[in-house]
Amino acid sequence: MASLVLLIGFVILAIITPWITDRADFNAINTGDNPTNHPPDGDYLLGTDRYGRSVALQLMWGARVSLFVGFAATVLTIVIGVLIGLTAGFFGGWIDSVLMRITDWFLVIPFLPTAIVLAAVLERSLWTIVMVIGITSWPSSARLIRSQVLSVRERLYVDRARALGAGRLHIVGRHILPNVTPLILASATLAVPISILTETTLSFLGLGDPTEISWGGMLDQAQQSSAVTSGHWWYYLPPGVAIMLVVLAFTIFGRALEEVLDPRLRKR
Amino acid sequence: MWGWRVSDPSPNGNVVELTNVQVQFNGGRVRAVDTVSLEVGRSEVVALVGESGCGKTTLIRSIIGLEPLAHGSITVLGQEVGGRRGLRSLRRRVQMIFQDPTGALNPRHSIYEAVAEGLRIHKVKGHEPTLVAGALSSAGLRPAERYLRRFPHELSGGQRQRVLIAAAMALQPALLLADEPVASLDASIRGEILALMRSFVDSHGVSIIAVTHDLGLAWNIADRVAVMYLGRIVEVGPTEEVLGAPKHPYTRALLSVVPEVAGLEQQILTGETPDPSRVPSGCRFHPRCPVVASGEADRLGFGDRCRGVDLELEPEVGDHRVACHAVAISATAGQ
Repeated sequence: MASLVLLIGFVILAIITPWITDRADFNAINTGDNPTNHPPDGDYLLGTDRYGRSVALQLMWGARVSLFVGFAATVLTIVIGVLIGLTAGFFGGWIDSVLMRITDWFLVIPFLPTAIVLAAVLERSLWTIVMVIGITSWPSSARLIRSQVLSVRERLYVDRARALGAGRLHIVGRHILPNVTPLILASATLAVPISILTETTLSFLGLGDPTEISWGGMLDQAQQSSAVTSGHWWYYLPPGVAIMLVVLAFTIFGRALEEVLDPRLRKR
Repeated sequence: MWGWRVSDPSPNGNVVELTNVQVQFNGGRVRAVDTVSLEVGRSEVVALVGESGCGKTTLIRSIIGLEPLAHGSITVLGQEVGGRRGLRSLRRRVQMIFQDPTGALNPRHSIYEAVAEGLRIHKVKGHEPTLVAGALSSAGLRPAERYLRRFPHELSGGQRQRVLIAAAMALQPALLLADEPVASLDASIRGEILALMRSFVDSHGVSIIAVTHDLGLAWNIADRVAVMYLGRIVEVGPTEEVLGAPKHPYTRALLSVVPEVAGLEQQILTGETPDPSRVPSGCRFHPRCPVVASGEADRLGFGDRCRGVDLELEPEVGDHRVACHAVAISATAGQ
């Protein structure tokens, strides 16, 4: 419950940020008079960075990017993973073999080098990052979902549905998909934090969208300005804590969702 | 709705006819069911008995289309359903009850959905909630309203089996296939479930093929008994004759280990358990047959036939048919 409140809080904050703050506050022309590397106080809630930009403002704008990339990359990962995993597991035979060889091919591609190459070659934008994460992380969820489908497909209630005269669409829609849903949710709640962390990694490596501020980009800036050795904790701690909170909230929320959807776990 | 009776049987009055049915696994190396013919009349209860792995469950799964036929044909109400795809309307007329009611119910579906599923698949006309409630109460779950919104894990094993029976009977089948319907239930519930199934035979004219390894159960509910061994029926006939005066050495051995049956010397079968991928030549029971093992077959001069000549079911007395050289020869000698 607390995790849901936290998540909704972050999402609302991300959505309303453009209305309550002004992006122009980051422009050099407006930050010239600001104190640099200023510790948190009444004027600057979370202090300022080496260019005099407000860390609190960056955190708010960064939430937009991090959450957007987290959700969009997860949707892409799960949609491809479910389609491939469900088709391969349900039909089996040569369809399964072909799809799984393709999956294996993507699975053995090392993630970070591919991500770096793609991010370097393609246009620098958030969509590129989303695509990079999606392309490199769908195979594991496809494999996961396929194995669960293989198990559910052999359950007696699927036999009963077939004996009742049910068609393939009915069996997949009414029996297999609902019983694979917990796994889909689990892998989605795991994919969101992984996507956020991947965006962080890429931004930290300087491969993110340079025109956007993200939590990973903030950490990158903090590292470049030697914030840790200079004792400027207000520069790296807020984005780090924010990433941790969102990732934790998603993981806990995933477990809670599973309890709501599974009648056996429902409390009466 | 609950006044319905099975009408339209086929011209010869049989609800289901199996002709030389063969089901293969592993690309034909294993014949789980090997040339079985059986017919079931209207309102008839047939028990399929035999030890584990003899193919009895595979046989009824093939009737409902869960196992493709390699050879032979199956007709339900005079129309062929065998082969790879059966007619959906005929599917409705054959329903199945499973051994494990817990596994046969989707844990995420409420009782209402479990019963309504078949009605929706077959687009049964009528007010769905009424049909579902009627089916549940006819299966002894009263008041039905108390069960509709529950989930399988909230019911007892007996109640779950009643739900499956209700779901099957809601489609007004002509033939009910029951795969060890009470094997997973408490002894105290077994009688109730069997009585419930029997009541459908009397009230609706439903026929039942019940698979069981429990001869006592067969004795209680069956009109006819078919004994299977290694994919084939070795003895079939009216219950009183097959279980009261068994002819086949295998049936006799099965009966001799039932404690309640007096008068038969206990016979524990020796030899390795049968393997359907390596069916013995001749009579497939001969490696374990007490008549062959004791040397009696050789003494009477037909031991070579047992070991070398495969055989079909031969008429014994009336409907009672046996596949055994010893029985066939003694019958000829008696004439």
